[in-house]
Amino acid sequence: MEQFDYVVLGASHAGLEALRAIRAHDADGSIAVLDREGRLPVSPTVLPYVVSGKRPEDRIALRERGWFDDLQVAYRQQAHAAALDTAYSRLRLADGREIGYGKLLLATGAAPAIPPIEGLSDVRFHVLRTLDDALALREVASAAGRSAGRAVVLGAGLVGMHAAENLARAGARVTIVEMRDQVLPGYFDATAAARIEGAFRDNGVEVLTGRRVARVAPRAAGCTVLLEGGEACDADVLLVAAGVRPEVSYLAGSGVAVERGVVVDEFMRTAAANVWAAGDVVQTRSFFGDATPAGGILPDAVEQGRTAGMSMAGDPALQPYPGGVSLNTYGFFGRRALSVGRDAPREAGPGWETRVRGGEGSDAYLKIVLCEGRLQGVFGVDVLFDPGIMWELILRRVDVGARADALLEDPQDTARALMSGLWR
Amino acid sequence: MTATPTIAFDAARCDGCGDCMNACASAKSTDGKLAQARIHIIRDAESGRWGVAQCRQCGDPRCASVCPAAALEKGDDGIVAWDAGRCVNCLICTAGCTFGGIAFSAKEGYVVKCDQCAGAPQCVAACTRGALRYVTTAKLYNRWGELEDLFVPGLGGCQGCNTELIMRHTLRRVGSNTVLATPPGCIPGMGSVGYNGMLGCKVPVFHPLLTNTASMLTGIRRQYKRKGRNVTALALAGDGGAGDVGFQSLSGAAERGEQILFVCVDNEGYMNTGAQRSGSTTYGAWTATTPVGEGARGKTQDAKNLPLLMMWHGCEYVATASTAFMEDFYAKLEAALDASERGFAYLHLYSPCTSGWRFPSASNIEVARKAVETNFAVLWEYRREHGLKLSRDIDDPAPVTDYLKLLGKFRHLDAAQIAHIEQHVAEQAQVMRELAAMRPGDGLFDRSPSNFLNAAG
Ligand SMILES: Cc1cc2nc3c(=O)[nH]c(=O)nc-3n(C[C@H](O)[C@H](O)[C@H](O)COP(=O)(O)OP(=O)(O)OC[C@H]3O[C@@H](n4cnc5c(N)ncnc54)[C@H](O)[C@@H]3O)c2cc1C
Ligand code: SF4
Ligand code: SF4
Repeated sequence: MEQFDYVVLGASHAGLEALRAIRAHDADGSIAVLDREGRLPVSPTVLPYVVSGKRPEDRIALRERGWFDDLQVAYRQQAHAAALDTAYSRLRLADGREIGYGKLLLATGAAPAIPPIEGLSDVRFHVLRTLDDALALREVASAAGRSAGRAVVLGAGLVGMHAAENLARAGARVTIVEMRDQVLPGYFDATAAARIEGAFRDNGVEVLTGRRVARVAPRAAGCTVLLEGGEACDADVLLVAAGVRPEVSYLAGSGVAVERGVVVDEFMRTAAANVWAAGDVVQTRSFFGDATPAGGILPDAVEQGRTAGMSMAGDPALQPYPGGVSLNTYGFFGRRALSVGRDAPREAGPGWETRVRGGEGSDAYLKIVLCEGRLQGVFGVDVLFDPGIMWELILRRVDVGARADALLEDPQDTARALMSGLWR
Repeated sequence: MTATPTIAFDAARCDGCGDCMNACASAKSTDGKLAQARIHIIRDAESGRWGVAQCRQCGDPRCASVCPAAALEKGDDGIVAWDAGRCVNCLICTAGCTFGGIAFSAKEGYVVKCDQCAGAPQCVAACTRGALRYVTTAKLYNRWGELEDLFVPGLGGCQGCNTELIMRHTLRRVGSNTVLATPPGCIPGMGSVGYNGMLGCKVPVFHPLLTNTASMLTGIRRQYKRKGRNVTALALAGDGGAGDVGFQSLSGAAERGEQILFVCVDNEGYMNTGAQRSGSTTYGAWTATTPVGEGARGKTQDAKNLPLLMMWHGCEYVATASTAFMEDFYAKLEAALDASERGFAYLHLYSPCTSGWRFPSASNIEVARKAVETNFAVLWEYRREHGLKLSRDIDDPAPVTDYLKLLGKFRHLDAAQIAHIEQHVAEQAQVMRELAAMRPGDGLFDRSPSNFLNAAG
């Protein structure tokens, strides 16, 4: 059995950042990174650009082999973890090999969640999480585009919206079906979402919000999607983008606690000794300590990966992970929407303050949310600011009360000037 | 990982003229029209101060860590470079950066960031206010990093002391063909000579008396020479050992023009033995032997200007340096080493003493910097053939109190004592100014030290 001081499972954002953090502190410990794929690591986030054809699949690798060699990390492809034995500190792979670890990081990300829709298992449908998924979708998108075929996208989250745009640009007639009453729920408020939705409609995409799918039935080469309330849409291409679930199948019986994801503490330690977890596989606590959506995004995966790696290596500079802050940079039809942090709750107390500019018809929309003078969230469509600075202002709980007007007027320069004074 | 040159911003000097932004916008233009500047100068209306948003070329660039397309990478030149052929315009890098260092340009249609103009930043060139500086110290560190460290690991200095930095950097550059003298003081106290029969460094090192460092080095250097071997005779000594107890031998060696490189690490007292005052201790300062209490308010004499005394010897080379200005220190070390082949070279380094001067261990370099910025410690260089030159402008110093207030040893000062120190600092600066204005052609700084003395007197 091979044995390493550190084993990182999953060579994507969380895993790669952890490798760097481990090596930054421990120059000598043996490290292996295992990934189930038989190719260089690829970010799920880049996949929409593979589907659209903007980037060829051979120019998107997150790291080349040389990067692993330089770090003296054993990089193993086609190493698919099947079971974890925490009592004996070893992993069993799908091909029967076993690998022992001193310390283990679970960074296996997430997989598409498949909603329990009647008939779904009887039809051909697509998801978008791996490069194979993207290549398959690119293929059918261009076929559907050529024949002006019909595509139905289930779910108006980031993945669904990206894919819908790809399909529409390829020439397909696209319908998005979203259960909740706006697109991008959880990322943007209703006003911002309406602007984005408008852009999709202007580009010929049909957006059905507040609608549920009752059933899916096979039809010739495609399928028919029957909505609750009776309506039906034919689809040559069906894409299911109804959220994700953590990739934890190999954890059964391991003693690693899993709820909505792997349960971790502020140093990304799981319930099992010598096992850490980071990224989409984890159940991320919100920075705000409330039910605001947290985790499931790339910047969080990186932060968590770094925290886990530093903790594993015993780096004294380790800081507790502060909790997830929602952070999105979303481009659609050449326009941009940015969101950082949380919106005010429905029953906001007296400490809350929300400022908005640009309603319907104006050329930009911006909303700033404060609580007791501290920045909570910034949401903009067609307005530029630096999301990274806003993130830092939120994490540092900086009092921006006196600058609220200026922030609304010019979020980019105001936040930059404030931040510049806070460095050093 | 290599260190990277930095574009440093001094908010106090910036008046928001915007010349840097214009220079950048035209430097980055590809079509004759102004591009989006990669540096932004912005005013915080609340504090009234100017701030900057510009890429810091992070050692640990988070923009690159979060890029899903591997379009950003820190290169061997230290620059975090952006690859247009890989970027997918997702803007996640702008969420990773907390400096506003990478931002979407509506004009160009993609994200843009500073690349320091291949080593010649146009913003810095355009800044006439001195608010932007291109700090290339990192290049020197990289070069120094490749030189062998000739001290053993684990020298036992006080936390935050800059003496270890001075020692290691000096010996790296001076190299292994060296005999090193470290008279009693903090430097041997840290273990540079060694413990338990083990050497503290990789060159022959000895521990002379406080009084005879320069004479022992004289003998060693001459003996090697007689045997046909050219070694560098290096002293790393404290200010007490150099300027008080050891001054007789130092002065003699300088006067004779012995080929010695004498580095004085000035922490303004006998700090190794419990912080007693020395001739270099500042007026008013607390030390163990100039206490503060009912009858006493610290030292009652002014510090003597040891480097200036050494200059009056007409040495081959004399300079003052500070670890807050490393390029300057390195350049002077280089010059001193070279001069020590011809005659006596003396290098005087300011070394704030974390424990004896009573300031937090993290602020050593800051204290050293303030000493220079307030003219408390003037940086200059004297070459026999060129005379004295100031290393930086001293005409617009920060208030001396900016320096005094950093240090516990001055906490008790009353207004009269502060005024005394201020006046002394101003007088010393004026002396330096006048000396710097003199030229060898004035009949001063002549080959003969006596000539120099006569003319100046
Ligand atoms: C289409 C799409 C668009 C997105 N857009 C954005 C966006 O714009 N902004 C944003 O912030 N986030 C976005 N995300 C989310 C972002 O990609 C994820 O948050 C991020 O990739 C999480 O990183 P991770 O390292 O935790 O997991 P993943 O990136 O999912 O990587 C998991 C790794 O583990 C490996 N693995 C899985 N199971 C095993 C096993 N059993 N054995 C061995 N290896 C295994 C996989 O091969 C993979 O390499 C998007 C996601 C998708 C799918
Ligand atoms: S863009 Fe920002 S994160 Fe990236 S190197 Fe520059 S300062 Fe650092
Ligand atoms: S905008 Fe370009 S450089 Fe920035 S994160 Fe996206 S792909 Fe990388």
